[in-house]
Amino acid sequence: MTKLQKREPRILHRNPIRNIILLGIVVGVILPMIPQLVWSISHRWYFPEMVPTEFSMRAWEYVGNPSTKVTRAFFNSLIISSVVTIIGVVIGLPAGKALGMYKFKLKWLVELIILAPAIVPPLAATIGIQVIFIRMGVADTMTGVIIAHLIPTLPYMIVSLSGVFANYDPEFEEQARILGANKAKTFLFITLPAVFPGIVTGSMFTFLISWGQYILTILVGGGRVITLPILLFSFTGSGDNSIASALSIVFVLPAIIILFVTSKFLSGKSSGMGGFGSI
Amino acid sequence: MKRLSLLLMLAPALLVIIALFLGGLMLGLLQSVSYMPVIGLNDFSLDAYKSMFTDSQFLGSLALTFGLSVITTFLTIVFAIITALALRKTFIGKRIVNFLYQFPITIPHLVIAIGIMLLFSQSGYFSRVAHAFGFIKSQSDFPILVYDDLGIGIVLVYLWKQIPFVGLIVLSVLQSSGNDFEELARSLGANGWQTFRHVLLPLIIPGILPASIICFAFVFGSYEVPYLLGKPYPAVLSVLAYRLYEDTDLNSRPEAMAMFVFIAVFISILVLVYKKIVKTISGRND
Repeated sequence: MTKLQKREPRILHRNPIRNIILLGIVVGVILPMIPQLVWSISHRWYFPEMVPTEFSMRAWEYVGNPSTKVTRAFFNSLIISSVVTIIGVVIGLPAGKALGMYKFKLKWLVELIILAPAIVPPLAATIGIQVIFIRMGVADTMTGVIIAHLIPTLPYMIVSLSGVFANYDPEFEEQARILGANKAKTFLFITLPAVFPGIVTGSMFTFLISWGQYILTILVGGGRVITLPILLFSFTGSGDNSIASALSIVFVLPAIIILFVTSKFLSGKSSGMGGFGSI
Repeated sequence: MKRLSLLLMLAPALLVIIALFLGGLMLGLLQSVSYMPVIGLNDFSLDAYKSMFTDSQFLGSLALTFGLSVITTFLTIVFAIITALALRKTFIGKRIVNFLYQFPITIPHLVIAIGIMLLFSQSGYFSRVAHAFGFIKSQSDFPILVYDDLGIGIVLVYLWKQIPFVGLIVLSVLQSSGNDFEELARSLGANGWQTFRHVLLPLIIPGILPASIICFAFVFGSYEVPYLLGKPYPAVLSVLAYRLYEDTDLNSRPEAMAMFVFIAVFISILVLVYKKIVKTISGRND
């Protein structure tokens, strides 16, 4: 990319087909997110009106009201996704390092096992294990939901991390050790900064997969653990477009914040996406 | 590196995935053959599978799910390549378009499913636009694009989510292979299409195969989007299986579990076939 950027940027209308494609990307990405903005502040908007006949803040008042379920659902979602991400990093770092940096016997099998939940739908496994969850008493609890969310997220965390560890030079670690750094310091000042893009990408995937999870939460949480997707599902089903729209805006905010933070880690050479090309 | 410390590094991840995922699948398998003494199922039987494969609802769902997955994956690959090629060159506003392109990766499926519904349903925005231009007289004249037989709404949501995911991988493949081959082909007189067909495409395809498998498997096993935007009958496999699982009649549980086992086995076979193909191809090149 750096090679290309040194050239003069082309004027936009030199290649009409490419401009149509680029316009398609811009319109295509933005369009399905516009209706929620308008619906969330509309009160009456029947067919065939092009703009709402009556505006109201009813949906936002409902969403912002601390006595409704929304606030609790928001914090439940936040707690579950954050804990899942932290556990994911802790489990994923050593595994990513082992897979990214070393060759060993049966490595293909280890890779296969770790990737399996990203490919085989986790719903099948979670329904199977629900019997155990009920017996252990973690069904219908946040703990159970957090455990269940580990299944679909761990592969993404580990693939992102093994991707950066594959480009990681262990020489630096040795240098630090020789210069007198202990294990903790070496990890903190050498390893961690070097694999940071992988941690960011992996955490992003983990947080978002957990954040958007509906079926595993309803299955294990049994309707007792209310998260944003569960509210969103029930309002969409009930046909209240205004509240569903306002909720979906609240639901999407963390994703947008995360994208602003992680955008630069998604592309480029040290990107955590690299690992996905070599599965 | 000592074998023991490698094992220790891998142990937590393996333990979680083996216990939860593989263990869960095994338990599902046991429940599908009605052998689960813990919950009072004692007699081993394959009845669930027999009734599943003769169930016309299951066969209809299987056809729908398979068709949806194939079409979605194919269109994802096509559009991922087209958009990645357009994004590759420098142009004014590239940073903004690049940023927008990454957007769908972070947006949850649910949000976009609602957006597609509000745009494409019969009372949706496009229907209103068509009415305003006089193309249709009432909302029922608008073509059914959501909750439809073909699952168009479902496909649209997945395309929106998956094109950038595969597209970014295409971009990273193109970046890592550089421009040399392409420039060489051009200097030897190849035109744009020939360069694409014989130079770029062979570079891109192996790189995006794994992501395409992930896309296919994801659509094949997904629940949320088809539940929201699909018709109740025929429903996709996961929705049908979960409906059976939730059924008050506990006798339909083994069949529900059999369907989940079927989904898992079907996708596993698919991946093994893919691995085999990759191995044959790379073996030939060595």
